[in-house]
Amino acid sequence: MGLLDMLKRRKVEGTEDLDNTMYLTLREERRISRENRKIMKQYEREKNRKNVPEEEYLTQMRDPSNVVEFDNLHTYFFTDLGTVKSVNGVTFDIPQGKIVGVVGESGCGKSVTSLSLMQLVQAPQGQIVEGSIRYQDINGKCYEITKMPRDKMLEIRGKEISMIFQEPMTSLNPVFKIGEQMDEVVLLHTKGATSESAKARSIEMLNLVGIADVEKVYNSYPHELSGGMRQRVMIAMALSCDPRLIIADEPTTALDVTIQAQILELLRDVKDKINGSIMLITHDLGVIAEMADYVVVMYAGRIIEQGTVREIFHNPKHPYTIGLMKSKPSGDTKDNRLYSIRGQVPNPINMPDYCYFCNRCDYAMNVCWKEYPDIVEFSESHSAACHLYYGEGLEEQKKRRVEVENNGN
Amino acid sequence: MWKYFLRRIALSLLILLGVSALIYLLSMLMPADYIDNQTAAALQSGAMTMEDVQRLKELYGLADKSFTGIIKSYMAWLTSTMKGDLGYSFLYGKPVTAVLSDYIWISFAIAFISYLLQIIIGIPMGIKASVNQYSAYDYTVSVFAMMGTALPSFFLSALFMNVFAIRLGILPLQGLTTATKIFAKDAHLQIFFDKAWHLVMPISVLTLLSVGGTMRFTRTNMLEVLGSDYIRTARAKGLSEPVVVYKHAFRNTMIPLVTSLSGMLPGLFGGAMITETVFAIPGIGYMALRATQQGDIPFIMGYNMFLSILTVAGMLISDIMYMVVDPRVKLS
Ligand SMILES: Nc1ncnc2c1ncn2[C@@H]1O[C@H](COP(=O)(O)OP(=O)(O)OP(=O)(O)O)[C@@H](O)[C@H]1O
Ligand code: SF4
Ligand SMILES: [Mg+2]
Repeated sequence: MGLLDMLKRRKVEGTEDLDNTMYLTLREERRISRENRKIMKQYEREKNRKNVPEEEYLTQMRDPSNVVEFDNLHTYFFTDLGTVKSVNGVTFDIPQGKIVGVVGESGCGKSVTSLSLMQLVQAPQGQIVEGSIRYQDINGKCYEITKMPRDKMLEIRGKEISMIFQEPMTSLNPVFKIGEQMDEVVLLHTKGATSESAKARSIEMLNLVGIADVEKVYNSYPHELSGGMRQRVMIAMALSCDPRLIIADEPTTALDVTIQAQILELLRDVKDKINGSIMLITHDLGVIAEMADYVVVMYAGRIIEQGTVREIFHNPKHPYTIGLMKSKPSGDTKDNRLYSIRGQVPNPINMPDYCYFCNRCDYAMNVCWKEYPDIVEFSESHSAACHLYYGEGLEEQKKRRVEVENNGN
Repeated sequence: MWKYFLRRIALSLLILLGVSALIYLLSMLMPADYIDNQTAAALQSGAMTMEDVQRLKELYGLADKSFTGIIKSYMAWLTSTMKGDLGYSFLYGKPVTAVLSDYIWISFAIAFISYLLQIIIGIPMGIKASVNQYSAYDYTVSVFAMMGTALPSFFLSALFMNVFAIRLGILPLQGLTTATKIFAKDAHLQIFFDKAWHLVMPISVLTLLSVGGTMRFTRTNMLEVLGSDYIRTARAKGLSEPVVVYKHAFRNTMIPLVTSLSGMLPGLFGGAMITETVFAIPGIGYMALRATQQGDIPFIMGYNMFLSILTVAGMLISDIMYMVVDPRVKLS
């Protein structure tokens, strides 16, 4: 790079505190932006195809008892500063009728993972660039979501997979009445639905989520309801087409504690009633412990550990998970949010090719700075990505243990 | 709610009073008044003496330019205005109200048509640009809009006149009627078309100047709405993109759009001073400019009061419409 280029380099905002501060020249920025446009256009064209033959996006599940299988999913954002690898190789399953909890620090890619499943990642910047997401419908037909054309996807969204978002205050359209917003989904996805039948269904759903004055709520605007009420409405709306899977993206974070408990109980109840699955995204380990069957721990766009709730809570393997469990206040304190672990998440644009957790890890060894760890399986359901448990790293651990023992003698 | 409007109206009256006093003071302090303008030539040639001029000034109530004199004549203007009498225009020799009612309609016609065009063209373009953000369409439209907003109206008018009237010769240059044509008295349709033909250029200029603003306003608001959580919810429901954009998003974008556009309605009667003058269209803006140049104080006052009332009415309409389109708003 020429001297002039050096002088023109501009600091990339928001990267100051990171170890690897980035600088871009205007020319580099323009080049990135030009390349991005080309890439984005190509992906968008693919998605906008019409009349795609079904064979192109039909597939087979790895395990027929799963509703959804994420397989090596990569979702990137092509920004002017570079490619943000928000989801960078994520593999996990959501079994039929189970609750899978997804935890991780803010920005680790939880929401982007769930949005990828819905094909709702902010286009055109956000694109699934690699991997697959398989979805099995009620008739056992399997779809490859990443290859599905947009118009087919509309039939799954809101009907078979529905979503509940974090902010009940802003997730409902302020200018339409609750009733209208609820009826809309039913009318859209139910064959032969009339406005009467849709209303009956909406009222039924509002009753199901424990709203007392149903008629009044049905005829209210969102701003006339409290936050807890609106979240109930969101849940009612999400349920109205008997979805196979509900994605709940931090459904209780914005609510106060007593309402949180009610909403969670409600979610568990309705899940059993419709025999659906839930992908529960949260910061709150207490919620996970209470609700989930399986836990997926994400860090910087990757899964670093996954297993059943028992395995993760009683036998955490990855140093990050161990840290989480330690920092989790025991007992009934209600504020079970993730405590911060010292240090910073690596810059999402320039991910290192070694373990992302090195700079924060108490156990970091030489090999950790050399290559990204493989996934080690501890049981059929439990696995973690860490050098501590295999090969060179494991040897070193053994050596250290011996040393410690010798010193002790 | 009624209380709110009563309070708004009371406040507006107060503002009108202040505005009228200020304008009166300023027009009285103009260096050359109406009589000076009218008699300058006669004075120079010796046809009139300073005494004649002074007598005329007294007759027109322009003689006493001391502070107390101005206050006295302002009070006189105010009392007669309260009675609904805006006085006689010096320049046009008719009651100010008569001049207003004679000339606002042509101005309104021009402004209203370009207002409609601005809505019909600007809003769909804004929506399309926001849906295809950063596309070639978006950039083209944005640049175009910026040019329209940045160009001064006299420049654009002159450009149009040069191109369409002088070079291409497909549109009439100025005025409202073809001077060389003689129409039969009952050829209403022909007269109408002749006038309409003359209005094509002024209307195009006004439309071009305002459409960019509407388009950008729509685009900005649309983009904000499209990024909001409830649009994500709408998409997550499985609604098709047109329903998401035109029902869920646009219904929200309509709130600021309707509020601002409805507030502009009364102002359409105010006339487009510069454009009307360049095209020599005898509208209220053109008349007002001439009156202002000549120091026709009754007309200046009357016209400016008229504009102020239109502005106040615009704000009230805006408030009412805001309440109509946004269920969250209860004025109090
Ligand atoms: N529209 C976007 N454009 C660019 N980058 C984005 C966009 N959306 C998300 N990202 C990036 O993707 C990464 C993951 O975001 P995501 O929203 O999935 O985090 P999260 O785990 O859900 O965090 P939180 O707990 O705060 O909700 C972040 O680093 C973020 O900067
Ligand atoms: S691989 Fe090494 S640095 Fe990474 S978590 Fe395991 S021990 Fe820590
Ligand atoms: Mg999130």
